[in-house]
Amino acid sequence: MGIFILRQLGVMLLTALCLTFIVFFLTNLYPNLEKLAKTQGNFRMSEEEVQSWLEPRGYTDPMLVKYGRWLGVVPGWINEDAEGKVTGKCFKSDTAVDDRRTFCGVLQGDWGFSLVFKDDVGGLVATRLGATGKLMGFVLLLMVPLSLIVGVLAGMREGSGLDRSLSTFSIATTATPEYVSGVVFIALLASSKFGLSPLLAEWGWIDGKTLFSGSATKAVEDATFANFTLPVLTIALYGMGYIARMTRASMTEVMTAQYIRTARLKGVSFGNIVMKHALRNALIAPFTVIMLQIPWLLNGVVIVETLFNYKGFGWLLVQAAGNNDIELLLAVSVVSVVVVLITQLISDIGYVFLNPRIRIS
Amino acid sequence: MEPLTWTGDVGVFLDPIAYTLAILFIIAVAVQIVLSVMTSGARVVTNPDGTLSSAGGPYGTAALTTRYLGMAFGAMILVYLLIGAVAGPATLGIVGGISQQLTPVWIALIVTFFVSIRYKRRLGLYGKLFDSNVGMIGFALVMFWVFAGVMAGLFDWVTTHDSLSQVSGMKNKGPGTPLYGAEDSEYSWYLLGGDNLARDVFSRLFKGAWVVVQIAPLATLFAFMVGITLGLPAGYYGGRLDIILSFLANLILAFPVILLFYLLVTPEITATGIPNYMATVLFIFPLVFIGVLLNARYYTQPSFRTPLLIVVLGTLGWIYLSLISDAGTKVAVLPETLDLFDIDSGILVVFVSVVFVNAPTVFRIVRGLALDIKTRDYVAAAQTRGEGPWYIMLWEILPNARGPLIVDFCLRIGYTTILLGTLGFFGLGLESESPDWGTTINTGRQLIRAYVHPLLPPALSLMTLVLGLNLLADGLREESLKD
Repeated sequence: MGIFILRQLGVMLLTALCLTFIVFFLTNLYPNLEKLAKTQGNFRMSEEEVQSWLEPRGYTDPMLVKYGRWLGVVPGWINEDAEGKVTGKCFKSDTAVDDRRTFCGVLQGDWGFSLVFKDDVGGLVATRLGATGKLMGFVLLLMVPLSLIVGVLAGMREGSGLDRSLSTFSIATTATPEYVSGVVFIALLASSKFGLSPLLAEWGWIDGKTLFSGSATKAVEDATFANFTLPVLTIALYGMGYIARMTRASMTEVMTAQYIRTARLKGVSFGNIVMKHALRNALIAPFTVIMLQIPWLLNGVVIVETLFNYKGFGWLLVQAAGNNDIELLLAVSVVSVVVVLITQLISDIGYVFLNPRIRIS
Repeated sequence: MEPLTWTGDVGVFLDPIAYTLAILFIIAVAVQIVLSVMTSGARVVTNPDGTLSSAGGPYGTAALTTRYLGMAFGAMILVYLLIGAVAGPATLGIVGGISQQLTPVWIALIVTFFVSIRYKRRLGLYGKLFDSNVGMIGFALVMFWVFAGVMAGLFDWVTTHDSLSQVSGMKNKGPGTPLYGAEDSEYSWYLLGGDNLARDVFSRLFKGAWVVVQIAPLATLFAFMVGITLGLPAGYYGGRLDIILSFLANLILAFPVILLFYLLVTPEITATGIPNYMATVLFIFPLVFIGVLLNARYYTQPSFRTPLLIVVLGTLGWIYLSLISDAGTKVAVLPETLDLFDIDSGILVVFVSVVFVNAPTVFRIVRGLALDIKTRDYVAAAQTRGEGPWYIMLWEILPNARGPLIVDFCLRIGYTTILLGTLGFFGLGLESESPDWGTTINTGRQLIRAYVHPLLPPALSLMTLVLGLNLLADGLREESLKD
């Protein structure tokens, strides 16, 4: 088991390195740097001016050197201009000479500086991650129990009316991406001119103009039922169908097992069979699915945060990518890649841990 | 001219009936679900004379009622569509207008279903699809959008106005608004209203369907070619090849899709030519696939194989070169005169990134199937016969993996449709005036709280198409398991 985890960790590290290098490579291509120079300097820069802006900042060095600097294994650039003013990647020009560091990269905990938000990338990502963590927490809290219940109910009597209606429901939710369900929810529940809200307002059932709020900007600090329901519901709905279908498949398989038949023949009631005999074995497979679903939730988070203007991690990703904010984008991709890889690791280990029939050589 | 109402004059009589049926149907479904949890379903009763009969109990009654109400409601919708197709917007309002515009689609659907059901016993797996209700519903939904997209895109049949022309005075107007200053030759209404640039929502909806119908199946097919060409040897040979290819596939899969899109589909990256190079690599796989496929089958008959390969690969190679080479981009290998067609660079980038995202998943599926099937006896038999590895992979393993692959193909087209929508939603790749559904949702969401009519049609269309594909996959899976 220990060797298995170690090997997984090794593969994970290699994957993370490769992926960050790809992101680094793509964001540091010349047209991107040119755009960066023009947005930071001015838009009418000539070819030479762009060069002279990029060169002292170390952008024109070989790709691997730049990547090493970002990682913190290659010394940061140091530059002295004509007036003898020394600038460097790792220090400000007014830092005392003795305090100047040679290495500053991710390994040193230095994530760089966001050019769009004019702020430290590390702190920026941490706060936004907190906001998204809250969103994800509520999503999981809603999605996991609901989808397990739907899956178990559908799977306990295969082919029954309940199974068919619940299965159709799960197919329908997997067919509705977040940007469709979000839009429909806003139209039906959060529009003052259309859907339910005008009706309810007319009958005097709700105080404000709309039942729910179509914007979740305020929910970062102060999440209320009105402004947080729709984003959570939108993400949860899309992820739900898949988990429910996997749970159903696992449940139907367990329900045909020999020991269930034995229990039935011994006269155990149906409720007891489902709760005591089937459920525990049926929930092993969905655990893996739920863990692997988390990276997919990340996609949903990006869409929903953009749609509802909730300023979290996904919103940050869109801002960073849209503005080619290199260091921010790198940090964002490191975080998302690590999330993906860790959930994979947990699901591998958890599967082995939960299922005694599987042994790793 | 008066604005159209949803169901016009006839609707005054029909609507109450339809509403009643719909409400009764919903109640019946709810009752059925509740009863299915509470009761134990149908049971077998022994009659005094020793015969057995099945007693449905309250659940059975509810199920029967639901079925009849559902059928009645479906018939009601058909009545609407039929009257609409014949009488048009003057009698049946917006619904009538839409149904009339869609007449060619209805005809095509009826013909398809009639022919398919008539000959379903001779049509293999496709024919069996018509034994399952779920599969038929899915197929109908998918074919509706395919026919509508093709007819709108190629023949301009379904659409009422140009999808780009703006008419003053029609900005954000609701459904059924008469066209401001319409001439006799023009269609006199905006059936589903106008968007925030005063364009016809109805026409854009079906032009958007054409974009999806063009890209999604083709991109999925390409992803499958890549996945199959790499997945079969990975599963069959195993070893180091498998480790390397699996690592690369996992690498791409670990990327958040949206980040990948943002990295690939920006004007700056397009300028470096990376999407063109990726197209060059990805599009060669179908060529390799078909070349190896034919060579493995016919290499024992060189006199037949060689001309066949020359003709097939020559044609495909020419198409391939025309596809990737585009004057003004980094990859321009073919002279202008020999270039058959030019793909719009935006569409090419979208196409490439969608194939790129989908291929690793297909690879994993194919690899898993190959690992499973290579232990079968018929593979051992082929090995004993002395068949080459590619013959075994492509003519022994692949045909026996077709069931799961066809099902996954349907699901994956749906997923590709969702991805295309995602790209449009973030305003990546396609132009901002493109009528595709994702872009329309993106432009519409700025005004979502005031005007929902430009937004809901594309959203619901995307949903029905993907739902149709999922149901179709479900039906296919069910029927292919029955063998």
